Amino acid sequence: MRSPRELVGGSPAATYPIAFDGRELPAQEGQTIAAVLWAAGILSWRTTRDGGAPRGAFCGIGACYDCLVTVNGRPNQRACLVPARPGDTVTTQEGTGHADLAV
Amino acid sequence: MDVVIIGAGVVGAACAYYASRSGLSVAVVDRGPVVGGTTGAGEGNLLVSDKEAGPELDLALLSGRLWQELSAELPRPIEYEPKGGLVVAPDETTLKALRHFAEGQRAAGVVATETEALHDLEPHLAPGLAGGFHYPQDAQVQPALAAAHLLKASGATLYLGEEVTGLLLDKNMVKGVRTSRRTLRAPAVVNASGTWAGRIAELAGTALPVLPRRGFVLVTEPLPRLIRHKVYAADYIADVASDSASLQSSAVVEGTPSGPVLIGALHHRPAPPRRPSGGPLPGPGGHPRHAHLPRLPPLPPGPPPGHRPGPPGPRPPPRLRPRGRRHRPGPRHGPTDRGGPHGNRTPARPHSLPAGPLHPMTPPPAPPARNRPARATARTPTPRGAP
Repeated sequence: MRSPRELVGGSPAATYPIAFDGRELPAQEGQTIAAVLWAAGILSWRTTRDGGAPRGAFCGIGACYDCLVTVNGRPNQRACLVPARPGDTVTTQEGTGHADLAV
Repeated sequence: MDVVIIGAGVVGAACAYYASRSGLSVAVVDRGPVVGGTTGAGEGNLLVSDKEAGPELDLALLSGRLWQELSAELPRPIEYEPKGGLVVAPDETTLKALRHFAEGQRAAGVVATETEALHDLEPHLAPGLAGGFHYPQDAQVQPALAAAHLLKASGATLYLGEEVTGLLLDKNMVKGVRTSRRTLRAPAVVNASGTWAGRIAELAGTALPVLPRRGFVLVTEPLPRLIRHKVYAADYIADVASDSASLQSSAVVEGTPSGPVLIGALHHRPAPPRRPSGGPLPGPGGHPRHAHLPRLPPLPPGPPPGHRPGPPGPRPPPRLRPRGRRHRPGPRHGPTDRGGPHGNRTPARPHSLPAGPLHPMTPPPAPPARNRPARATARTPTPRGAP
């Protein structure tokens, strides 16, 4: 099966590792964090505030806010929009991602 | 038809509910959807703490009791929260002014307790505040839900998307309204059009001095229960009461049942057209001062504004601020405290609402350019929540 890149005649870009929950994942320049995670077979990287249900990419275009994730310690980043940069550390987000603020 | 109500905001909805409960048959007309104006942009405060003794405070006290009844009476929840208000003073001078202010309120029936144990009430308050007052009667509702459920429970006939183009007048008496699509005759017509009430009054040949005033509320991403009360700095009271046309800011911070924290308050008149505005906000760091709650994360600038109605003209002399300070306070008028068009809490569910679209939310910020979102844009914290 031809990949989207082949369909548009693209060539592989530079790859570099990013960290996800202590693992190292290969990222290519221009890929979003969601794309890197999906390429590694990871479909869920957040749990909901009420009930802790798993969440990952849903709309994939920045509209639904389902794919929120913690990037470099900062929670609530949309994985489908944020490009993966060399050295990024991505961690599963639980609830609001601000448990440290709770009274 | 016994009553025609112009305006499908919270005031029109409440009028419809009580009129129909009294056995009257009611129609509600609005040029937009249900809660398409100030109600959909406000945060639903039911406050006694910011009002000095007088007719408005008496109304607020009555209103507080009615909302308590309504929250039990209405078939669906309206996020009624009797959470109480906490007014904090940074220094002794302000505290003294607050004491004087609270004394007058107590005489009118307000419960106001001076407390030194501020951190028992709000653990995240900054250290070094001189003191504060706790107002247990302050409460909050989700205004869009409240108005929609009031309208639904009223059983009123709704005519949405129909602008009132004229009033039927008979010997100086209003006998009905003409809309873009029909004529509605009734012995009583209620002008509940809020910010635009002056225009309706003009149709009746009379003048009602109500002008739009712009307000801002910043809405954070959902946070754990960080703030328990409506917490505000004493100068907020002077700001909401001010008739100054210049932009004013004072710190008002409160949590909501679904997580987002609302941060205000900015008031401005005259109001430019309602649309998302760019530019940074006044105050250190380009956002409103919330120095009394240092643990709140910093916020991005540039919230879109909402409108609230307010009167022009001279006001009584200041009570809270010493003379000669930057604002001239006076009575505050209007059905809601401030506007901020993000809506603020659990979005209302369309299937439970009266006919017609409901738009308490404005679209999120424009998406970044295709394919290669700029890093700065993509990582700006967004005020929207996630389930």
